[in-house]
Amino acid sequence: MEQMRYEAPDTVDAAVALLVGAGGETRILAGGTDLLVQLRAEWIEPDLILDVKKIPELTEISKENGGFRIGAAVTGAELGEHLGVKKAWPGVVEAVELIGSVQIQSRATMGGNLCNASPAADSVPALIAAGATAAIAGPNGRREIPVEDVGTGPGRTCLAKGEIVTSIFLPSRPAHSGDAYLRFIPRTEMDIAVVGAGVSLTLDGGGKCSAARVALGAVAERALLVDAAARALIGTPVDDAALDNLAKAASAAARPIDDKRGTKEYRIKVSGVLARRAAQAALERARQS
Amino acid sequence: MAKIHVTATVNGDEVEFLCELEETLLDVLRDELHLTGSKEGCASGDCGACSVMLDGRLVCACLVLGVEMEGRSVETIEAMAAGDELHPLQQKFLEHAALQCGICTPGILVAAKALLEKKPDPTETEVRFWLAGNLCRCTGYDKIIRAVLDAAAEMRVS
Repeated sequence: MEQMRYEAPDTVDAAVALLVGAGGETRILAGGTDLLVQLRAEWIEPDLILDVKKIPELTEISKENGGFRIGAAVTGAELGEHLGVKKAWPGVVEAVELIGSVQIQSRATMGGNLCNASPAADSVPALIAAGATAAIAGPNGRREIPVEDVGTGPGRTCLAKGEIVTSIFLPSRPAHSGDAYLRFIPRTEMDIAVVGAGVSLTLDGGGKCSAARVALGAVAERALLVDAAARALIGTPVDDAALDNLAKAASAAARPIDDKRGTKEYRIKVSGVLARRAAQAALERARQS
Repeated sequence: MAKIHVTATVNGDEVEFLCELEETLLDVLRDELHLTGSKEGCASGDCGACSVMLDGRLVCACLVLGVEMEGRSVETIEAMAAGDELHPLQQKFLEHAALQCGICTPGILVAAKALLEKKPDPTETEVRFWLAGNLCRCTGYDKIIRAVLDAAAEMRVS
């Protein structure tokens, strides 16, 4: 067997060139909190490990068109310390901060959480609800796609050979907007979501919901954008009747598996409950913003 | 393939070491540099027994590759006491009997020190959440939490 190689380029172009030129399996090393576990367990035996943390573009948070562009290798701890992002998108930040312990937060990244493509990834439903996009660089140039289109199944993404996610863009938000992410786990910390729900909504001057996005995690092969649940809110004052409809739509969209963390029936029910609570939290934030 | 040459700062001293690509920072600390205070519990980032400070951030040394250390700075449990003088956290862990087998203790001390540097007056809840990434299978945690709170109180006075 050929030996594993380690490269830490300092530009996106060099990273793409290394990935394109590499034979066999390649893996991106950002925070390493998934990758090192997979290496140690010998689930993967890559020929090339590409450390992207030396690429400035991937490690910065910058303002762009009233929103924020967050480098794919920015850590959870760095994101949580960024007051601007926290104020604009508290639901995204709270989702990222739910990932693991303080130790994990020091290393784990949103880019990694997205590209590891676990259906239970905490940041992904929050990003989808936020209408975030992922910037991708590859041998054919750059493209930007909705976050919901990145993951295609457990451990699988739409990225082609040589492509990497370079950043995630959170758009500017209108006034009276709020977002929230909630997950259910059987304990208070350090566990993988049984169900996760992200909601982002905007209120008009009269307090009616003018825009909404709802996403669910851990109830399908990838995080789901649930349009029907968003439609249940739009045009309403987000009252009990609207929240009931949102919960029904969320449960109807859930198509989970049975596993040791929860049964199918339970996850379907909790999808509605959590989506409702996340919508109430987002509503509260929208009223205060 | 030849081992990879890395220069890093460990507990304030510049060190050079050779490591295989598969070796983690924890492997390097224990096997190359013979700093065996950091322990391997789970080797998957769940237990926190290998907690160290990497460029001022609390990390699990088992989740960092040795080759990533080039130019970076790490601080381990070995740097906690000043010579023979224990850090207040270490002293309070002894007074409160906040350890039994001791495997988790270095990681918990490093993690607790990081908390008190960030937040000198944490609540009990804050201590418990901060230490959620450090597992102890002996004490039931209460003595650990009391020792951290007591050390925090003493450090605020002194």
